[in-house]
Amino acid sequence: MGELTIGVFSSLVGSMSLDFAFKLADAGIGKGHKVNLWLSGNAVMMAKKGQKAFKDYSHNEKLMKELMGKGMEITVCEACAEARGYHKEDVPEGMKRASMDWYLAKMVKTDRLLHIGGE
Amino acid sequence: MGAVTVLFVVQRPPYKSENARLALTHAIASQTAEIYMDEGDSVVPVIVFVGDGVLNVVKDQQATKVYGVTSTESHIKSCLLIDLPVWVCKEDMARLGLKEENMITNAEDMGAELKTKFVSFADVQKEMESVKHLLFF
Repeated sequence: MGELTIGVFSSLVGSMSLDFAFKLADAGIGKGHKVNLWLSGNAVMMAKKGQKAFKDYSHNEKLMKELMGKGMEITVCEACAEARGYHKEDVPEGMKRASMDWYLAKMVKTDRLLHIGGE
Repeated sequence: MGAVTVLFVVQRPPYKSENARLALTHAIASQTAEIYMDEGDSVVPVIVFVGDGVLNVVKDQQATKVYGVTSTESHIKSCLLIDLPVWVCKEDMARLGLKEENMITNAEDMGAELKTKFVSFADVQKEMESVKHLLFF
């Protein structure tokens, strides 16, 4: 089976890109692929635990936890998170923080890279 | 695995969004990515500015003075300093009335040897077809 790395740079609220990324990751894992997710720019909004689920706003925490339980690796850009006031203690359990070189390094071994840019 | 080529394509203008800055900072991060990689592996990035993205390469930016933030110009010069190729689409420059004399052509003030390369869109397309990964910002 293959390895897919998805980089998302758009926000959780105000865009459906993260929703799409999680659905794609779910489908990839369902087919037996390894999936990595890099969250940078405004996508670091996912790196804040305890977000309330409102029907009017995207909310991916439940699916995100399920996917991490199935082996999906999620890493968030540390500098982007800190710049927005999301600190280490805010990060949902299982999510990692790293510098941008983590994403670059994943590009070497991954079979496919899907880069979803910001707004 | 060896060297993997990656093309960062910047099509958005500077400062209005974070896209160009993130393209530059991610490309520069290739320099330290080896801490996560096996011995012998490397990422070889090229950054190209197309469409309205060529506005990122206009020289004499005043972002530090006006906004108190690092300018896109200084990130572009940092790329040249670390021998990371910076390409700019000539056709898109012409469309915006920009000439090479308006652009960041080098980073000699920082001690860089590499210079900005002004290329045709056909060259950009050729590069897009040859790299392993393509990232649009």
